[in-house]
Amino acid sequence: MNSLISLEKVNYQIADQHILHDVDWQIPAGAHITLTGPSGGGKSTLLRIIAAMISKTSGTLIFDGQPIESYDPIMYRRQVSYCFQQPTLFGETVADNLAFPYQIRKQVMDTQRVVTALNNVGLSERTLHQPIIELSGGERQRVALIRNILFLPKVLLLDEVTAGLDENNKQIVHAWLRQLNEQDHVTTILITHDATEIAAADQLAKVVAGRLEVHA
Amino acid sequence: MNLAVNNTSLFLAAMLVLVALGISLWQKLGLDRDIVIGVVRAVVQLFIVGYLLKYIFRVNNLWLTLAMIGFIIFNAAWNAKKRGPGIDHALAISLLAIFVSTGVTLGVLVLSGAIKFVPSQMIPISGMIASNSMVAIGLAYRSLNSQFHDQRQGVLERLALGAGLLDASIAIVREAIRTGMSPTIDSAKTVGLVSLPGMMSGLIFAGVDPVRAIRYQIMVTFMLLSATSLGSIIACYLAYRNFYNEQKQLK
Repeated sequence: MNSLISLEKVNYQIADQHILHDVDWQIPAGAHITLTGPSGGGKSTLLRIIAAMISKTSGTLIFDGQPIESYDPIMYRRQVSYCFQQPTLFGETVADNLAFPYQIRKQVMDTQRVVTALNNVGLSERTLHQPIIELSGGERQRVALIRNILFLPKVLLLDEVTAGLDENNKQIVHAWLRQLNEQDHVTTILITHDATEIAAADQLAKVVAGRLEVHA
Repeated sequence: MNLAVNNTSLFLAAMLVLVALGISLWQKLGLDRDIVIGVVRAVVQLFIVGYLLKYIFRVNNLWLTLAMIGFIIFNAAWNAKKRGPGIDHALAISLLAIFVSTGVTLGVLVLSGAIKFVPSQMIPISGMIASNSMVAIGLAYRSLNSQFHDQRQGVLERLALGAGLLDASIAIVREAIRTGMSPTIDSAKTVGLVSLPGMMSGLIFAGVDPVRAIRYQIMVTFMLLSATSLGSIIACYLAYRNFYNEQKQLK
């Protein structure tokens, strides 16, 4: 089976603090992986390394057949998109945020696409011109998620993005993520502590004290 | 000219220092040592500069004038650098920013005929331009440092979305340039109403008609706007990359 992302003996260390130990991980294209484990175990660090937000101390990381070092980090991050837990929104309005992915690609915002994306996560067109300070935590999180997928990445890395949502909104986001995975073939890795999400996982992986355990 | 400060009157005016010393001792401010050091330094530095300028003006040599301007620019860059701890190459960046802002501004003033290429005009004007550029750059550095610290999360998110380094930093860079320029703009608005600035006061003191003196002050206002905007923009655009590593990650 061909892996889209392949990690071999990946380590991450800050000074003498060993955060990840010899992580080996084969992530096939189209996978929908749930990543769990105790807080402080290294889950976010692992995703941030895959997202090129930080660099591993040693080991190899192959993306789409080539080592991560061979990519321009900016172009790489457009293909391997990371969404933060408790994200910050930019500027004044929701539109400022959703225009950003277009701005950095020197394109004009595709309003039709943006509105469809808002609807997909249970937000209305009116939200587009709403000031960000008026949004609830759950709405912010969803707006942030849309920023990541207006240009579909190959891989979507989600760091506890459903933690701030109520049950109803969690359902909406799950259905949408599933659709991104099944219809648009976006490989997704979702960090969570939520028992229902863990129980419903297709593939489960666990990071405990800096070591990865993959469950089939 | 009715300029009458001689050594005796200076000596008597030194009693004003005793006022500051007295307040420091009386209120236990612990500033007495600093006041004495400050006063001694000011007197020594100014006497040296006075004699040095007298010599430079008398010989009126092109290279000596340029060397003096270079010395002023280097000192200004050195001081601006101190406001940017943690910014690599801050000295080189400040040198370039102050050199260009001073050079362009002086060039326009000389070519327009506003000042003459003689040391007695070039050196004081260079000092004014370079020192304002220095303050602007120092403010811009502080703003860059504090914003990259406070807005770390926002920068990380822009990077995660695939933004280039300039796209991730542009809001911070613009704010830092604004911070560098704003004191000059603010003082341009109040000049003449709140303070009678040094250039104009000096000329009036020397007996020049106030209507002529203000022309020089207007020129100074123009030149400081140019110097601070050029200095800030060059320094900020060169310095922001320092906040990222080679993998285009936020340090």
